[in-house]
Amino acid sequence: MQLTRRMKIDAAKHYVADKLGINVADLCNEDIMQNVRKKFDIGNICAVADGTKGITAKSRIADLLEISINSVNLFKTKLNAPLQ
Amino acid sequence: MSDRILTRMGDGERISMSPDELRQDLSAGTRDAAEAGEIPPLTSDDLEHLYKIFADPNRIVSVSPGEEVITTDDGASGIMVVDQPDGGTALPMGYFNAVLAFERVCCADTAGMGHYDYSCKPIKSIINYEKQRYYMYSQALTIPLMYGTQPNLGLYFQPDGPFPNAAELLPQGKIEEARRAQEEAAEALRKDLVFCAKELYDVGCDGFNFDTSGSAGDADFYATLKAVAELKTIAPDMALEVGMASEFVLGLHGQIEYNGKRLAGMFPHEQIKVVEEAGADIFGPAINVSATESTPWNLARAVTMVKETVAAANIPVHPNVGMGVCGVPMVEVPPIDSVTRASKALVQIGKADGL
Repeated sequence: MQLTRRMKIDAAKHYVADKLGINVADLCNEDIMQNVRKKFDIGNICAVADGTKGITAKSRIADLLEISINSVNLFKTKLNAPLQ
Repeated sequence: MSDRILTRMGDGERISMSPDELRQDLSAGTRDAAEAGEIPPLTSDDLEHLYKIFADPNRIVSVSPGEEVITTDDGASGIMVVDQPDGGTALPMGYFNAVLAFERVCCADTAGMGHYDYSCKPIKSIINYEKQRYYMYSQALTIPLMYGTQPNLGLYFQPDGPFPNAAELLPQGKIEEARRAQEEAAEALRKDLVFCAKELYDVGCDGFNFDTSGSAGDADFYATLKAVAELKTIAPDMALEVGMASEFVLGLHGQIEYNGKRLAGMFPHEQIKVVEEAGADIFGPAINVSATESTPWNLARAVTMVKETVAAANIPVHPNVGMGVCGVPMVEVPPIDSVTRASKALVQIGKADGL
């Protein structure tokens, strides 16, 4: 949120916590965030083979936070470009 | 039990201080910053808070739950693969693995990458390779990935670059010639910065970090600001971070202005305003460390300047917390006791939005 909307730290935390449906204090609570990341399938540190990672996770994060991420936009453009 | 408090000098040497000595150094540090920057010193509450941070007997200190901030960096993941001059560990692994390890083992908030020769001029000729690298890494990373480079105007002067060397012209009294050389070099730098950043934007670059802006003085800083302003129009979805080289913009030119403001002599609380005007998204002040003063003196000084910068800022402020800046001793392996105290103080007292 700092990169995309220039939000100061408190505003950024409130925005993200609101989108995730958790308290601000739980943003850095490993126990809570492990389950939140599983729930939204946006990637976890301890990886599972078919778990969401990388550009797929970033795409979901962009949708979840309603932000524009350049790398995701490029990915989607290429993905959806018509076959010649 | 001794009432001596373990701390360090600005060069990393471990020392001990009495409580009174610690308080005196904290007061002296904030006074020095206030006089230099013509800004308010820390309040008595701030100084007491800072005293408690240093008097904490634990080696590692931290913030309370809920006070955590994020980090951005200048290619920190690269320290796994670079060697001693860059503070690296030279592990036999590729940069790609280093960035992934930084994300998944170090649990970083963001990652930075760059060329091994971390300046703008060297990457221009190999930009295609950097585009390939950025694209590959960004596909694999979940966290935001920023590409960083140093504007490093110095590389544009002879013998490394095409322009007459201002550092040689000035001692000869050729002031106007030195100014013209810096202006021409700055224009070349601006073009190169815009070229490189735009090329990376076209492969999905999410953030570009102008690291150590102003390292060659006011013309260097000017080129960075002009590049930021242009990139904000042609690469609107790419975040731009401007990190400074020093607390004070050296006036090697002396007359360069941005939007009517002379850049020479600017301190962080003034630098932030022109950086915001240019359109940057994050600002990283750098407060110099004096190796001959104590870490309490240095950190009190840094927090004073950062606090004033944050108060003046409308964008996030990420102080540079590396060796030799913002209260961290100038030593090859920064001591964790000093790094954690600097981080805690900059967040809790300085109100930094990140590090």
